[in-house]
Amino acid sequence: MSASLHYGLFTDQAGLLGAARECKQRGLPIVDALTPYPIHGIDEVIGIKRSRLPYVTLIAGAVGLAIALWFQYWSSSTDWPINVGGKPFDSLPAFMPVAFEMLILFAGLATAAALFIRSGLKPYGSPRANGAPVSLSRVTDDRFVLIVERKDAGVHEEHIEEVWQRHGAIETWTETQS
Amino acid sequence: MVDGPARAKPEAGKGAAMDAEVGAGGAATVTTAPPAGGLPRTEVVLAPRPVEPPLITGGKTVSDVTRDVFTPLERKTTNRWRVCFAIACSALLIGVVSIAYQMIVGIGTWGLNRTVGWAFDITNFVFWVGIGHAGTLISAVLLLMRQRWRTSVNRSAEAMTIFAVMCAGLFPLIHMGRPWLAYWVFPYPNFRGPLWVNFRSPLLWDVFAIGTYFTISAVFWYIGLLPDLATVRDRARGFRKRIFSVFALRWTGSARVWSRYETACLLLAALAAPLVVSVHSVVSMDFATANVPGWHTTVFPPYFVLGAIFSGMAMVLSLMLIARNVMKLEHYFTWKHIHAMCKAIVFTSAVVGLAYTTELFMAWYSGNEYEQFAFNNRIFGPMGWTYGIMVLCNVIVPQMLWFRRVRNSLALVFAITVLVNVGMWFERFVIIVSSLSRDFLPSSWTGYMPTWIELGTLLGSFGLFFTAFLLFCRYLPMIAASEVKAVISHQEHEAEHADHDTDEGRSA
Repeated sequence: MSASLHYGLFTDQAGLLGAARECKQRGLPIVDALTPYPIHGIDEVIGIKRSRLPYVTLIAGAVGLAIALWFQYWSSSTDWPINVGGKPFDSLPAFMPVAFEMLILFAGLATAAALFIRSGLKPYGSPRANGAPVSLSRVTDDRFVLIVERKDAGVHEEHIEEVWQRHGAIETWTETQS
Repeated sequence: MVDGPARAKPEAGKGAAMDAEVGAGGAATVTTAPPAGGLPRTEVVLAPRPVEPPLITGGKTVSDVTRDVFTPLERKTTNRWRVCFAIACSALLIGVVSIAYQMIVGIGTWGLNRTVGWAFDITNFVFWVGIGHAGTLISAVLLLMRQRWRTSVNRSAEAMTIFAVMCAGLFPLIHMGRPWLAYWVFPYPNFRGPLWVNFRSPLLWDVFAIGTYFTISAVFWYIGLLPDLATVRDRARGFRKRIFSVFALRWTGSARVWSRYETACLLLAALAAPLVVSVHSVVSMDFATANVPGWHTTVFPPYFVLGAIFSGMAMVLSLMLIARNVMKLEHYFTWKHIHAMCKAIVFTSAVVGLAYTTELFMAWYSGNEYEQFAFNNRIFGPMGWTYGIMVLCNVIVPQMLWFRRVRNSLALVFAITVLVNVGMWFERFVIIVSSLSRDFLPSSWTGYMPTWIELGTLLGSFGLFFTAFLLFCRYLPMIAASEVKAVISHQEHEAEHADHDTDEGRSA
């Protein structure tokens, strides 16, 4: 059994969305869509779940806050207490600004890192497979691509072609996976 | 996404919707004649939207946006750009020479004296940090508030933030006197005990606030750039392609990545919005925690934050008006954008005026003679003219923007935005120098005059800012193309809905 990926290239958002909705109705598994800008409403059609990034942000923020508070307490009141203007060594209000900034710093950097890691955004390697059609590189300009997976050879092939034709795909191609 | 409930305006109404009874939230109930033998059918339709002028004009399509934004980057450098760059670099060079001179000779080359220990450098620091704030406001707060007009401006505004914070950071660094020991401000393990930094000092809070602000702004800016970097990569060949392939991080435009990307942008915006408030609040505490009359006041944090947004908005508008003219961006940076920003400037100007009045009132109401003297001296003292410039430029001149005729004149708007920044620079100067020069002890009162070295350093910071900004305009897409494309598709979507009679309820 060999699976294959079917690509349909559209010139507008409506064609892509229409084809995606029809694929969903016919039960064809949609792998992904490539678009020049985020399209609202496509998440439900393709079946993209809500991102769990907010948890990363929350946890990293909490860690940043805890580390900053602990470190300020430890260095200012345990490791080398210094009397500054007669203020208490464990002066919590004075520690809040740095603690807040560290919360933001940790949360922001962790969110960015999680986005990059989870999305496979790396500075090396090619974004597209060798031998991918040149027109794929026009996705970042004004083209829309829908990628549908076909698990069993033969099944659904004509369905996919039909969907492509009906919604005005200007280019289609198939990629066989070993 | 839907940006609020549809409002009904009779002139925009068409056909059946004209007769519809408009209910709360813009939903209208249309009762059609009952079909034979059936019950009356009630459908809910949304009232037609008012026809708003489009944000992006000129009937641009998605591929037009790509062409307009990316071809200037691929063309040869224009002479106009070279001239601007030469001027900016010259200013930067003057700054480099001034800084080198004061590093070799020492901080004694400044006009500071025993009484006025802070003057030009801290004024410039607060001024530049303030400039940066509008960038974050536009990119983060307006993103959270779903203001679509931000998309044409946000990229340059964020770049402005980063460069302004770089300029700001320069001044405390120089003021340290020995900038090669700047790492002493960080709590790192050392062989002096270890002796830790003083976490109760607002100056140390500044280190963390500015450091975090710069880092998060840069990350937010870079993430926003990713889709456009991919466009540059896909249009380029050879060496250029290789460079941009590294920075575009294998971006393909996958819907799965887009979804996560948008979440990340919202999260970063939600982090950046309180961050921007905290940064200038912390900066204001450098003054407010001291007991110098004129500084020791609780109104400082909000006063500084709004002043920062005010000056930053003016700076964004100045820059965008220049860019609009030089780079031919009239269809992307439209009158709607200019008017929106003018209104933001009028509003913040009024708030700044309120802050000035509050300060005066509190000085009088406190009954504290030192406080009263500080403000009397500020307005009527030997440096009263600086206070006059401040009030004129920050409170009086921007009120002209109430008039549509003024807002419709590019020259006037530009002049006002420049004056606002002059005024905001003087505001910081007034707060710092007038308060310090005459404090509790009359025997130590002095004046202050900047030296050429200080003026050269200030000029150099402008040189650094404009050099960086010009390089950005030349080599990176200065309009967030992918976001503008989304706005265009939204506009088309709206137009379709305005054309068709809305016969089905639209989900929010």
